[in-house]
Amino acid sequence: MTFNWTIILDLLITLGTWIGCILAIAVGVALTVAYTTYMERRIIGWIQVRQGCNRVGPFGLLQPIADAIKLLFTETIIPTKSSKFLFVAAPVMAMVPAFIAFAAIPFGETTLFGYWDEPHVMAIANINVGVLYIMAISSLSVYGILLAGWASNSKYAFMGAIRSTCQMVSYEISMGFAIVTVLMLAGSMNLTDIVHAQQGGFWNWYLIPLFPMFLVFFISGAAECGRCPFDLPEGESEIVAGFFVEYSGFWFATFSLAEYAAMILISLMTCILFLGGWYAPFPFLDALPVPGTVWLLLKAAFLIFVFIWFRATFPRYRYDQLMRLGWKVFLPWTLAWLAIIGLLIYTPGLEWVLENPIADWIAWR
Amino acid sequence: MQKWIKTQLNTWLLLELVKGLALTGKYLFKPKITIEYPEERTPLSPRFRGLHALRRYDDGEERCIACKLCEVVCPALAIQIDSEERDDGSRRTTRYDIDLTLCIFCGLCEEACPVDAIVETQIFEYATENRADLYYTKDKLLAIGDKYDKQISANIAHKSQYN
Repeated sequence: MTFNWTIILDLLITLGTWIGCILAIAVGVALTVAYTTYMERRIIGWIQVRQGCNRVGPFGLLQPIADAIKLLFTETIIPTKSSKFLFVAAPVMAMVPAFIAFAAIPFGETTLFGYWDEPHVMAIANINVGVLYIMAISSLSVYGILLAGWASNSKYAFMGAIRSTCQMVSYEISMGFAIVTVLMLAGSMNLTDIVHAQQGGFWNWYLIPLFPMFLVFFISGAAECGRCPFDLPEGESEIVAGFFVEYSGFWFATFSLAEYAAMILISLMTCILFLGGWYAPFPFLDALPVPGTVWLLLKAAFLIFVFIWFRATFPRYRYDQLMRLGWKVFLPWTLAWLAIIGLLIYTPGLEWVLENPIADWIAWR
Repeated sequence: MQKWIKTQLNTWLLLELVKGLALTGKYLFKPKITIEYPEERTPLSPRFRGLHALRRYDDGEERCIACKLCEVVCPALAIQIDSEERDDGSRRTTRYDIDLTLCIFCGLCEEACPVDAIVETQIFEYATENRADLYYTKDKLLAIGDKYDKQISANIAHKSQYN
């Protein structure tokens, strides 16, 4: 019996493609995180009428690399009385979900410069339950935080972990309901289908019929990844640095990596769900030789900027206010909208409200 | 009713938050006030009290007459002076040391000096890698005075208006 070598070759090519895709996204996300920290420092600096970091390299562009090297060479202190295995495992458990959630994100459609006849979706896994997958995976990072707080054997870390967990669980609910409204309009859980449903100019984006849900989703997203003004888990004035008080060096960097990756994920998700994904705001811009990915990344970059802008603007919430906002404002509000959207969809004669009133208005003119 | 509508709009459109964002957004584009130090510097007052210097007269004769008023007035006991009679019969210092690790830069030595010999210059970048280098001897102080003579004279001329 002759062995069929082409199978092995096929397998290797497939493997290589997968590894290539995974590396492209993982390295891309890591680099984006690095330069998000840089932009954050610069933008907050500018808003505070100062320069920000501009010393390392031209315009300080090498600052994140210098930071990374510094953190790598910093001694990692593991507290004597901590649970050592969990202490080390926790940052990884926080980081891995933040990264693998990117697997389902469709970054755009490409024909590979005309190589394929019909456009392929640029995602590692273009799964039918993409939304569900991302929600599920991003909730997993709570475990990392909880374990970090528990394993540190420090009261500040523990309180930070409790706060963080409570906050994430609370805001996930309103976030989920906000997503459900999008699913109701798109009629699909596939992120690619959701984007397709928003094709053709900004008046087709779900931002317009679902504007309140967009706000809820974005603000819950900020709470979900512990960004200002919801960064209570790390409230310096109360609990030092929250769940990662005891962490130093590389493991500390891992936590920030996870946090910023989650922020980028939320920005991408908001773009895909509400801001038309990889479609340009005006249809005539789609004719430009610009890949759709650029539009997606531009929108995401703007949302990341808005996150940073929030941080430079708003003071931190008090914890009871945070819980009140999550449970008493967002939850009823999203539920009410869910009902309203359902009614609009199923009441005969009312669909026009959801069918792009602005587009109709433009056509009417 | 109108007030109620206003409140509702304020609440649901997050107008207060938008106002805050607009303010910080405006500051984002304002000129920055940072002085990037090694490349840019803030202007210094002529009365700035920095590193010390000993001055000379125009003919090269050192001004200090070893009256030791500065040594007496120095609140930090940073100045040490020894004097001897020189061959031409005048009294001059043989030793004039200022220990900058003790000096508090109060400027009293400068004020006490009857002949404007000891002055404080505008130099403030004299950091050294060991403490011994902060012990300034007469030679060093005279060298500073020679080097920055123009600047020191101009500053003294300016300061004279306050006397």
